[in-house]
Amino acid sequence: MTLKMMMLAALLAASSAQALEKGAPAPQFDLPGLDGAIKLAKLQGKVVYVDFWASWCGPCRQSFPWMNEMQSRYGAKGLQIIGVNVDAKTDDARQFLVTTPARFAIAFDPQGATPRSYGIKGMPSSVLIGPDGKVLLEHFGFREADRAELESKIQSALGGVK
Amino acid sequence: MKFVLALAALAALAALSGCASIGNVQPWEKGTLARSEMTFKDGTLFNRYDDHIYTSREASSGGAGVGGGGCGCN
Repeated sequence: MTLKMMMLAALLAASSAQALEKGAPAPQFDLPGLDGAIKLAKLQGKVVYVDFWASWCGPCRQSFPWMNEMQSRYGAKGLQIIGVNVDAKTDDARQFLVTTPARFAIAFDPQGATPRSYGIKGMPSSVLIGPDGKVLLEHFGFREADRAELESKIQSALGGVK
Repeated sequence: MKFVLALAALAALAALSGCASIGNVQPWEKGTLARSEMTFKDGTLFNRYDDHIYTSREASSGGAGVGGGGCGCN
């Protein structure tokens, strides 16, 4: 019994080790975007909300209006939302963007190197990165009920921006 | 003969391992799996037929989706 528990604990520890830890520096990325390259290092000093999305993911579609709202509301206060698209075919993403416009930065990662380095476990996933480049929050999925909580997390992160 | 046998064994091995060689499908690689053709039911006509037959054979309804709870009240 104890052995089983220990094995389970070890398994859990191993699986969580791959995911990002709070306070750990966010993995860097440099991706082609809709309007030129998007580099995380360039955004040092800003609160960055990285959202991993795909054209085939339903909740992602629902999250877009909310992200547009957040970008317009907190952009001037130092928030930058980056939607990292993980479609294997970038054209699918471009089509998605025609019907679901994004008023925030869009980056394309068809190889999936960025979600791999962030240890993403589901779609959509988002990571909130503080002005010091460290991970503040990791969030999986997007439900209506998440909106208020995520917004308050963004607000408190922006409180740290001078 | 030996060559043919070896070839057959190799083919059998390949068939046995099947899709395992593909490895874990990562969450961001599920674009093809997310297509509607990849579901067991087509969500419309076939689905309704299936549910109808199930209902009449099993004398119970609901529980097949989010809608009914199987309480027999609808």
